[in-house]
Parts: sequence; C-alpha cells; structure tokens
Amino acid sequence: MHPAFSVVFFTTATGAGYGLLALLGVLAGLGFVPPNFWLSLVGMGLALGLISAGLLSSAGHLGRPERAWRAFSQWRSSWLSREGIASVATFVPAGLFAIGWVVLGRTNGWVAVAGLLAAVGAVVTVCTTGMIYASLKPIAQWHSRFTLPGYLIYSAMSGSVLLNALLQGFALGSTILLAACVLLTLLGWGWKLATWRYNDRLEIPTNANTATGLAGGTVRSLEWPHTEENYLLKEMGFRVARKHKARLRQITQVLAFASPVLLLVAVFALPWPYAAVLSTLAAIVQFAGMLVERWLFFAEAKHTVTLYYGR
Amino acid sequence: MTCLPAHTDKKLGLVIDLDTCVGCQACVTACKEWNTGGHMAPLTDIDPYGGDVDGVWFNRVHSYEHITEIGGRTVNFPRSCLHCETPACVTVCPTGASYKRASDGIVLVDEDKCIGCKLCSWACPYGAREFDTDVGVMKKCTLCVDRIYNDNLAEEDRVPACVAACPTSARHFGDLGDPASAISQLVAERGGVDLMPELGYQPTNKYLPPRAHTQRAASVPAPVLEPVRAEGGFLGWVDRMLSH
Repeated sequence: MHPAFSVVFFTTATGAGYGLLALLGVLAGLGFVPPNFWLSLVGMGLALGLISAGLLSSAGHLGRPERAWRAFSQWRSSWLSREGIASVATFVPAGLFAIGWVVLGRTNGWVAVAGLLAAVGAVVTVCTTGMIYASLKPIAQWHSRFTLPGYLIYSAMSGSVLLNALLQGFALGSTILLAACVLLTLLGWGWKLATWRYNDRLEIPTNANTATGLAGGTVRSLEWPHTEENYLLKEMGFRVARKHKARLRQITQVLAFASPVLLLVAVFALPWPYAAVLSTLAAIVQFAGMLVERWLFFAEAKHTVTLYYGR
Repeated sequence: MTCLPAHTDKKLGLVIDLDTCVGCQACVTACKEWNTGGHMAPLTDIDPYGGDVDGVWFNRVHSYEHITEIGGRTVNFPRSCLHCETPACVTVCPTGASYKRASDGIVLVDEDKCIGCKLCSWACPYGAREFDTDVGVMKKCTLCVDRIYNDNLAEEDRVPACVAACPTSARHFGDLGDPASAISQLVAERGGVDLMPELGYQPTNKYLPPRAHTQRAASVPAPVLEPVRAEGGFLGWVDRMLSH
C-alpha cells in the first residue's frame, strides 16, 4: 500500500494526541495533576494541536475535501464514518475540559467529568482508526488480530511519553509515570516484533489461482493490460519499502523503542533540568520512530490486487 | 445508504468465458468509449500522448500463462467490477456515495457525494475501482446502467458495451439471480466460478474456466501430398495422354 504522508502523519499524530488527551483527562479528572495554568495550557495545546493537525492532514488526503462533512453520515456501516464522528464528538468534552482546567483553573466537579469523557472519546476514536485498517480483508497484514491492539498500545505509549516530557518540563515528574512509559514502550516493542513475526509467517489462502479462477498448476502474468503504472499499482502496488524492509525495521526499533527506553531509564537518576531535556528528547525521537513504523505499516501491506499483476 | 440491501430483486451481472476470450481488447475500448460519455463520465486520461500515461478504465484485460501437468496455455483474463452481493467497497464508504441497488444489484458511485477518500478501492480485492485524480472522485463499472435500460436503443443493444463489442461472444449479460435465465444455465453447464471466493465477497459475475485439453485439436503435420500412384480407368488415360 502506498504510504501517503498525510495518512502516515495523521495516524501517528492523532495516536499520540489522543493518548495524551486520555491520560490528561483521567489524571487531571482524578486529581493527580495540579491546576497549574502553564502546564494545562501547554498540555492541552499539545494534545489538541496534535489531534487537530492530524485530522487536517487526513482531510488533505481527500480528493474533494470540501465535501468532508458528508463523512459523518454512514456510521451504521463505515468505520471511517465512525472515526469522523468520534473524533469530532471528542472535541466537545475535550473543549469543556480545556476551558475548565486552563481558563478556570479547576479539575473538580464538571471539569473532572469532562476530562473522563474526553478520555473515553479518545480511546473510542483510536479504536475506530484501528478498525478502519483491521476490517480490510484484501490486506492480510492489516486484517489481523494485531492491528487494533497495536493502535491502542502505540497511542498509550506515545501519549504517556509525551505526558512524561510535559511533567518533567515543569519539574513535576513522577517515577510511577516514568516506569509506566518504559513499560509501555517495551510493550510496544514486543507487540511490533510479534506483529512482524506473524506477518512474515502469514500463509495467505488468496493467490493467483483463486484470483483468476484457474485451478491447479501455476498462473504466471504474461502481459499487463497497460504499459505504464496505473492508479491500482501506484496506490496498492507500492514496493519501495519491501526492498529496504530489514533496514527500516531496524530504524523503527532504534527510534521508536530502544532510544526512548534508554533515555527514560537515564531520567530516573537525573535531576531537573537534565531529566526534562532527556524526557523531551525521548518523546521527539519516539515520534519520529513512530512515523517510520507507520510508514512501514503501509508499505509492507500487500493488497490482493497485486496478484493480478504477478507481484 | 451504505448498508447493503437484504435482498435484490435481480442479480444483474456478467459471465466471462475464459475459453473463448482472445484478448483482443475490444471490450476495453468499447467500455472506455461508451463510459467516457456515460453515467460516470468522464473517464479521464492524464497525459494520454506523453511518456507517463495514466487514466481511468473500468475494464482491463490481463494475459496469463496457466501451466499444469497436462501442459501450458495462454489465458486472457478481463477484469472489471463483479457487482458482489456483499461488497465491502460499499459498506466502508463514509459518505453514502457508494451504494448497491436493491432493484438489480448493481454497485454504483454517486459522484456528487464522493469525497475521494479512496477507502473503497482499498476494500475491493479485485481492483475494480479507479480514482480519477482530475475530478477527485472514485469511478467504477456501472454495468452500463445507461444502456441496459435505455429505451432509445434497439432492444438487442440494451446490453453493456463490453458485451456488445465482444467478437467471440466471450461475454454474457443477464440475471444471475434467476436460475432459469440463459446466463445461469450457462454457468451451471460450464461450471462457472467465483474469483477469490475465500474472501466472502460473493461476486455476482462468474468466470467460465477454459475447457479441458482434448486430443481433438488439429495436429500439425506436413500438408497432404498429391498421390504419386497413377490413376487407372478413363480419367487415368486422359491424365496420361494430356501429360505427354
């Protein structure tokens, strides 16, 4: 599958943004985060900024973005429509929570309720994003039990690492949160390795025989219907990354998992401001790593239409 | 509405005979010619005379080499929308632009509602949908809705353009939901198959596999020679006299 940058950035940014929003909503709602104006402003700005930038980027992927409002209508059957509705609906409690926490400087009462509702909305939205990919049968690497939990794990992982950077920046770091960041990053690493292992051993029942209805023997593509690449090959027949698969997987592991774990472990022993600098660095490196991971998620996915082209 | 109809009155579709298709591409050009002015018009071509040609087509003919223990053969394979009974391209559509008609089962795109998210093309395992980068919407085979019900055409012409154009009658059109229809009989008689049945899309269109190899095919020896033995009787005498 062609890794369009708008979609790669969209899923990575909203994943991190919703993760941060959910954690802020829950922690502030339960009274674990102080009503500090600058902390709340930067935190909510970062969460809602990542979410908004991601959603705008996804709109850039559309052929007719001016009609995007129509995508809220088919929630009965379409995960994309459900994602659209969930993402917009989450802005309501998230906005109220932001007003309460940032402007009014309180995290109790209705602000706490709004925070918790925003967290629920964030989790639901990430689930709908994962299901868009998990529900596509022609792409075996996506239509697997690894996809939806993966989206949730990476959202929690990048959100917690961002929250840690934020709190460390305000010298409010917590060792429990730091430990959670390390554990979630290790969990994400393990999940990614398990996903790759599963995909590499995948035995797909669909092949050139079932695609053409020609039973038995081998079916070899003799001639394409066209001499140049068409939409199908450009969109679904992307092959560049498969050539560099091993190298890109190494880059993903170093940036998204190994480096953040090392940096975060070092933070345990360091005072402010070094802890803040390393925490911020961990969040930035991990975000870059997740962009590579998401790029590979698309580029390694093989669509059944490529069978017709002997690929 | 992108929910699928529970039942369609008819299941209009195509049956493609892989035994008789000669890969002449007549269906491809007839489809393009009709549909670039039809329901889904235009079928945009990008840089048609340049070095980087691209464009929207509803029907593409591949050629394959099918090798079995009996031998190998070339199979020409037209690929277009199969108007599936459970088309995921319709249910994934977030806007309701894609729909399956309850009356005849044809899968269509309302171009005025399509936002060009391309998700339907990802959901189609057969590569039936092609994105028009110029207009920014998705396009697909309409089964020539603007021909098959068109009162302005003579009755024999009310078939999809690809079917009308096929010089070897490798393409058949009809109601696959009616077991008594000629097209359903043909599928039953020839053992018509679904493409990628394991994915569960339940395609309406069927493909008739090439017929089994037979020994009846023309052997190719040297041409038969004139008999060298002289003919007897009166004609033999005439032959001898005239040969002198």
